[in-house]
Amino acid sequence: MFDDFLIRALIGGLGVALVAGPLGCFVVWRRLAYFGDTLSHSALLGVALALLFEANVTLVVFLTAAMISLALLVLKKVAPLSSDALLGLLAHSVLAIGLIVLSFMTWVRVDLMGFLFGDILAISETDLLIIWLGGALVLAALAYIWRGLFCATVSRDIAQAEGLHPERMEFIFTVLMALVIAISMKIVGVLLITALLIIPAATARQVSHSPEQMAGFSVLVGMIAVGAGLTGSFHWDTPTGPSIVASLIALFVVTLLAVRLVRAVQESKSSARGYAAHD
Amino acid sequence: MQLESLVKLTDAGIRKGDRWLVRDVSLEVNRGEIVTLIGPNGAGKTTTAKMALGLLSLTEGVAEQAKHLVIGYVPQKLMIDWTLPLTVWRFLRLTQACSIEDAKDALDATDSSKLLYADLKTLSGGEFQRVLLSRALLKKPDLLVLDEPVQGVDFTGEQALYRLIERIRTRFGCGILLISHDLHIVMSSTDRVICLNGHVCCSGTPELVSNSPEFQQLFGSRLASSIAIYEHMHDHHHAPDGHIESHANCGSLPQGDRG
Repeated sequence: MFDDFLIRALIGGLGVALVAGPLGCFVVWRRLAYFGDTLSHSALLGVALALLFEANVTLVVFLTAAMISLALLVLKKVAPLSSDALLGLLAHSVLAIGLIVLSFMTWVRVDLMGFLFGDILAISETDLLIIWLGGALVLAALAYIWRGLFCATVSRDIAQAEGLHPERMEFIFTVLMALVIAISMKIVGVLLITALLIIPAATARQVSHSPEQMAGFSVLVGMIAVGAGLTGSFHWDTPTGPSIVASLIALFVVTLLAVRLVRAVQESKSSARGYAAHD
Repeated sequence: MQLESLVKLTDAGIRKGDRWLVRDVSLEVNRGEIVTLIGPNGAGKTTTAKMALGLLSLTEGVAEQAKHLVIGYVPQKLMIDWTLPLTVWRFLRLTQACSIEDAKDALDATDSSKLLYADLKTLSGGEFQRVLLSRALLKKPDLLVLDEPVQGVDFTGEQALYRLIERIRTRFGCGILLISHDLHIVMSSTDRVICLNGHVCCSGTPELVSNSPEFQQLFGSRLASSIAIYEHMHDHHHAPDGHIESHANCGSLPQGDRG
C-alpha cells in the first residue's frame, strides 16, 4: 500500500512534469540548457536566504532566480563577454555564495542532500498547493505568449517586424523559468531541475511533427518518469530526484532505439518493395 | 491618384562603435510601388531594410511607418534549428492563426500548394523561399519587405520568383521593398531603384539609375549590357598582394573600411 507522502509526491511530481514539459521545449529550442542550470544553481542561494530570513523557501527561490536572470540581462548589455561565459560566471558565483551562506548558519541543521536531489518526505500539502497554483499560472502565461515566443524562437526579426514584441515574450519566459525552478525544486532537487526540462523535450522531439505535439509528448514523458522514479525511489530507498532523472534517461534511450528500429523496418520494407517492383 | 506612404526614412543612419553602417539614407515606399535596394555586400542593404521595419534604433534621422501598417517580412537568413519540429502548415501560422483554405491560397500564389504538410527542413532552397513568401502574404500585408528573396534559387526559378513578386504587387496592391544584389532582372520590374553603398549613391527609375555614372562606377559598365551577370559584383579591386583598392568616389563608405 502506498503511503500518504508518496501520494503527495506523486501529485506534486505530476504537476511539475505538466509545467516542465512545454517550458522545457523552449529551453531545447532556444538552446537555454545552461541558462536553466544557472537558475537552478541560484535556487540554492535562494534556499540559504530563505533559511536566513525564515521566509517561504519557494517564494525566495523564485525571487532569487528572477533576480539572477535580470542580472544576466544587465550583464549582457554591459560586459564584453559571451552568454555562456556570463552564465558560467553567474552560476558558480551564486552556488558558491549559497553554500557559504548555508555554512554560516550553524544553528540551522540543513539537509543539503534534500535540496540538491529532492526529498519526497518534505512535500507538504502547502507545497502541493504552490506547485499546482504556480503551475497553473505558468501554463496560462505560457499559453498566452506561446505564438509570440515560438515565432521569436524561429526568427526574432520576423517576430519584431510583424509586431509580436519578442523582447516582452522573452522577458515573460524568463520569469516563468524562475517560477518553474522554484516550484519543482522540492521534487527533483536543485541540481537536477534542468534534466526535467530538457530530457522530456529531447525524448518528445524524436516522435513529434509540430511544436505543440512536442510539448504534449514532453508532458507525457515527464509524467511517466515521475511515476516510475517515485516508485523506484520508494521501493529501493533511492533519492527521488536522481530516480526520476534515471527514468527520464531510460525513456529517452528506449524512444531513441524504438524510433530507429521502426525506421529501419520501414526502410527494409520499402526497399523490399523496390526489389519486387524490379522483378 | 494620391500616393499613400507606407514607410519613410529621412536621413537615417546607424553607427556601430565609431563606424557608420549606413548614413544619410532617405527612402519612401508608397502603396503599389516596388522599390528595389541594390548595392554590394556590406553596403547596408539589410540594415536599411531593418531601419524601415523598425528593427533597429537609429543613431540619427527618422523612420516613419503608416499607422496600423501590416508588414510581411522575408528575412535574408532563416536557419531552422533541427530541434524544431516544423511543417510548412505550422510555419504559415507563425505570426497569426489562419484557416487551412487561406494557407492553401497563399501557397497557391507561389505555386507551392503541394508543400503544405512537408517538413520545413526537407525543402529545397527555392521551395523554402516560396514558403517564406507565402507566409508573408498570408497576413495580406500593406508592405512586403523581401530581403534577397531569390537566394538559393536557380536561374529559371529566379525569373519565376521575380514575375511572381510583380503579380503579388498587382494582386494585393501592397508596397514592396525588395533587396537584391542582382540588378538585371530587378531593374525590369521595379518602379524605383535605390543604389546603396553605405549611403544612397543614386536613386530613381531603373533607366535613370543604370545610366548614372555613380551606378556604372559601382557596378561596372558590364551591367549596362543586356547580359545578366549572376556573380556578385565587387565595388573594389584586389591588388596583386590581395590588398583592397576602393574606388575613390561612390565605392567608398563614408567612414568605413569595408568593401
